Amino acid sequence: MAIDQATVRKIASLARIAISDADAAAMEGELNGILGWVEQLGEVDVTGVEPMTAVIPNKLRLRDDVIDADPLTGGNRRDDILANAPAAQHGFFGVPKVIE
Amino acid sequence: MTELTNLTVAQIRDGHRAGDFSAVEVAEAFNANVAGAKALNAFIVETPEHAIAAAKQADADRAAGTLKPLSGVPIGMKDLFATNGVQTTAASHMLEGFVPRYESTVSQKLWDAGCGMLGKLNLDQFAMGSSNETSYFGNVISPWKRKDGGNAALAPGGSSGGSSSAIAARLCPAATGTDTGGSIRQPAAFTGISGIKPTYGRCSRWGIVAFASSLDQAGPMARDVRDCAIMLENMAGFDPKDATSLDMAVPNWEAALSSDLKGKTVGIPKEYRLEGIDPEIDAMWDAGIAMLKDAGAAVVEISLPHTKYALPTYYIIAPAEASSNLARYDGVRYGLRDLPEGAGLQDMYAATRADGFGPEVKRRIMIGTYVLSAGFYDAYYTQAQKVRTLIARDFEAAFGSCDVILAPTAPSAAFGLGEKMADPLAMYLNDVFAVPASLAGLPAMSVPAALNREGLPLGLQIIGKAFDEQGVLNAGLAIEERAGFTARAEKWW
Amino acid sequence: MSDYRIKGETGEWEVVIGLEVHAQVTSNAKLFSGAATAFGAEPNTQVSLVDAAMPGMLPVPNRECIRQAVRTGMAIEAQINKWSRFDRKNYFYADLPQGYQISQLYHPLVGEGSLTIAADEKAGIPSDKVIGIERIHVEQDAGKLMHDQHPTMSYVDLNRSGVALMEIVSRPDMRSPAEAGAYVRKLRSILRYVGSCDGNMEEGSMRADVNVSVRKPGDEFGTRTETKNVNSVRFVMAVIEGEAKRQVELIESGGTVVQETRLYDPDRNETRSMRSKEDAHDYRYFPDPDLLPLELEDAFLDECRASLPELPDAKRARYLSEGISAYNADVLTAEVEAARWFDALLEAGAKPVAAANWVTSELFGALNRMGRDISDSPVSPAQAAELLGLVADGTISGTIAKQVFEKMLETGDGAAAIVDREGLKQTSDTGAIEAEIAKVLAANADKVEQYKGGKEALFGFFVGQTMKAMQGKANPQVVNELLKKALG
Repeated sequence: MAIDQATVRKIASLARIAISDADAAAMEGELNGILGWVEQLGEVDVTGVEPMTAVIPNKLRLRDDVIDADPLTGGNRRDDILANAPAAQHGFFGVPKVIE
Repeated sequence: MTELTNLTVAQIRDGHRAGDFSAVEVAEAFNANVAGAKALNAFIVETPEHAIAAAKQADADRAAGTLKPLSGVPIGMKDLFATNGVQTTAASHMLEGFVPRYESTVSQKLWDAGCGMLGKLNLDQFAMGSSNETSYFGNVISPWKRKDGGNAALAPGGSSGGSSSAIAARLCPAATGTDTGGSIRQPAAFTGISGIKPTYGRCSRWGIVAFASSLDQAGPMARDVRDCAIMLENMAGFDPKDATSLDMAVPNWEAALSSDLKGKTVGIPKEYRLEGIDPEIDAMWDAGIAMLKDAGAAVVEISLPHTKYALPTYYIIAPAEASSNLARYDGVRYGLRDLPEGAGLQDMYAATRADGFGPEVKRRIMIGTYVLSAGFYDAYYTQAQKVRTLIARDFEAAFGSCDVILAPTAPSAAFGLGEKMADPLAMYLNDVFAVPASLAGLPAMSVPAALNREGLPLGLQIIGKAFDEQGVLNAGLAIEERAGFTARAEKWW
Repeated sequence: MSDYRIKGETGEWEVVIGLEVHAQVTSNAKLFSGAATAFGAEPNTQVSLVDAAMPGMLPVPNRECIRQAVRTGMAIEAQINKWSRFDRKNYFYADLPQGYQISQLYHPLVGEGSLTIAADEKAGIPSDKVIGIERIHVEQDAGKLMHDQHPTMSYVDLNRSGVALMEIVSRPDMRSPAEAGAYVRKLRSILRYVGSCDGNMEEGSMRADVNVSVRKPGDEFGTRTETKNVNSVRFVMAVIEGEAKRQVELIESGGTVVQETRLYDPDRNETRSMRSKEDAHDYRYFPDPDLLPLELEDAFLDECRASLPELPDAKRARYLSEGISAYNADVLTAEVEAARWFDALLEAGAKPVAAANWVTSELFGALNRMGRDISDSPVSPAQAAELLGLVADGTISGTIAKQVFEKMLETGDGAAAIVDREGLKQTSDTGAIEAEIAKVLAANADKVEQYKGGKEALFGFFVGQTMKAMQGKANPQVVNELLKKALG
């Protein structure tokens, strides 16, 4: 099904990507081209076929409940967490004020 | 003595071990090549000091008798791998200036094996692209030129185009790549080098900037099959930090290399014979079949009936996963923040992401967002995952009658920069032969097989059973020995 | 059936309530990372690279969180799904670093179960009622935003980001604030028995999303609103009351209820629409490709089941069967710490009925006065059993037992030691008692006359006087017998 510019803008809003009217117009054509092409999948008979869950047979492993066992996946590294922050203050990340 | 930068990984390793040269000499030689190849734009960041430090350590280790598997070998690191203290960008404006305080598992393994880093290699932005034209840091140029008297700049393939270009131009003997839908194999084919994508789960994804989690897989790119085996041995391995990592021992692939294919059967998928394809591709494929027969293999025709649906399946699943994986780039914790005067949080997100992502990345996020959105999820995403099951079953059935599959890597030789940028679909078609193995998580490699009439390299692809990297490497070696591909790009940069 | 009704201008309205309780799973580390979960740490110190959603970071599930959710499911006799999956719920917010929450939509870990709320006439719950539980799924908590620290910025603390939650989703089976309150209390009690959640609502370990709709009795369900993050039983009840009234007034004045998310303001005791979350309704759920399906093995499930303690309903039934009053059984089983303490007391040899009476009156009274919890009672179950044993075997009377208990609290000494030291042993020495009885009767000859004239109530007076003369140490039964004999 073809999408219109209003849909393009709605998707852009869901994806949090600001989009100009010109870009929305250009993207309308591109997205319709791609979506029209992938829609050929609809012709495949998938009766009784399960969606792929694991591409290679493998079991989900569970981790032991241990704090900071590996520094790469543990806490207590605030400096590293905040090192690249655009606005870090008093140990927090700063964002424009949110009104809930 | 041959020029150090012409040596393979195995030759550097062995020569250094034998005392033929010092690791520092090797590092300096490659550093010089890197510094002299700005025109290729293969690197986003150069790290000569890292390469030198590792080389000094390698020389000291040799003196102390504590050599490591890759002591003295400098490599290039695709800029999708997080490197502690070295800018990691995924070739995006979004992550420009981002300096991780952690090291990806794969890069850490390589440093632990004694490698040094020559620099961070350019790529398609967030690994999305097949020509390296989506990088925020500019196109990577292939060292190859057509023999038509013209001077058109050619694509090195993508997304691992910095890796392929740098290896082909002798800026590094080997490099890391990542392959989501052909990003190792297609650039290898375009530049006359080798590259292998192992079984999904062989290499840890921890610390690699994610594109599409169920498809992303790291692998090596190098000049020959042996180097790929050596590199892969030092990149693969179980990682408890990645829930999809395979808990299996890493085989000694290099030691078990053998081009004797007696008793092996090679499958030739009839659906890969595309109508209207460049006859030179088919001719190269037929030559490859002959080479494998010559190596002792039996050849059978096989059928992979859902092949034509692989690309559309891929272009639903990969963007869907990407749209979610890239949601973390929001200007809050790291990377670009674009905060227009008086903007609120949600405006900041929209402005940051509009500014920080390039057009192809946005296009894929938009597609992914759409196919996951309410009312469309089952029609697109669930349907695609079902077709993916069928594609995987095709391979399973085919491997009932063969050990490896031989096919072209790409439907054409390298194209000129700009030739396909206007038409996303034409660009996507580049990966038509590469994507099915990605969807099925299977090991697959590209080896250079021939030059076309324009003097550009063409690659053959070997797809193997899950976990059978050895079978893939061995078939690759059989082709490599028979193809006798020695051509290299003439230096113009 | 509850007869709770909202009286509107057009007649009576019934309230329909469903609760989604978010309970923090008790674990050392987070659901998908090794960072700690302890409450009250410095901002962003309990945050791993994974929790901050740094590029390339991956989740690996914590076994203990899965185990606790499974045990909780078993405690509500729910279906445990041996095959479940994690899904991503995609939305943008500053407290959500990944841009998605890892949760379980399509295949939750725990399916259909239920719990029973006890009859409570005073609260308008005439009989025991079974409340259906649709599912329990495991998910990540978000971080925390602080709005009052800076004039133009909100601050983000990710310490909570990635902490494991169980979302326990009830059926819309409740019909009054009291039923909802009882449900939350019962659920909290079960969670604390199981040990899967500390139930601490002040620290946010348990909070409820309250779904409320109204209808005329017998009609179809009305449109519901969801009030988010309500963090006490009292508030849950207040939200239902207020929201039901608001909806009735809205409908009766010609409006319609909009399906929306609302926020409760405890200071003003009212809910208001949360417009900031309005546009985020398309969550684009899909299976998390970083994680494989979660498949549970029988050995794992067996351990979960074997490690479950006796639960409140079973414990209450056992107490009743041992002759303990319904009231005492309720009081003793409501909190797991009290029940454990009481069981230890029984274990130490105390007789159930006497022990229940003593714990609910004497011990709870004393703890109340001291402002202490039973978990730090100055008297241990073994010490209490010793005291109760002295009463049971007639060594001391109940009255003396109270004195001894006071001394135990003061000194920490054992009951027998105190009785010995202070000479409090009760006597059955008939000679001594008869001597005192003779003195009492002689000194109260008038009352003896009245008693003999038919005023039998005076018997208690003689008992009291005799006990007093014996300094409380006479065996009351012996005193009774001898008095009866003496008074003919």
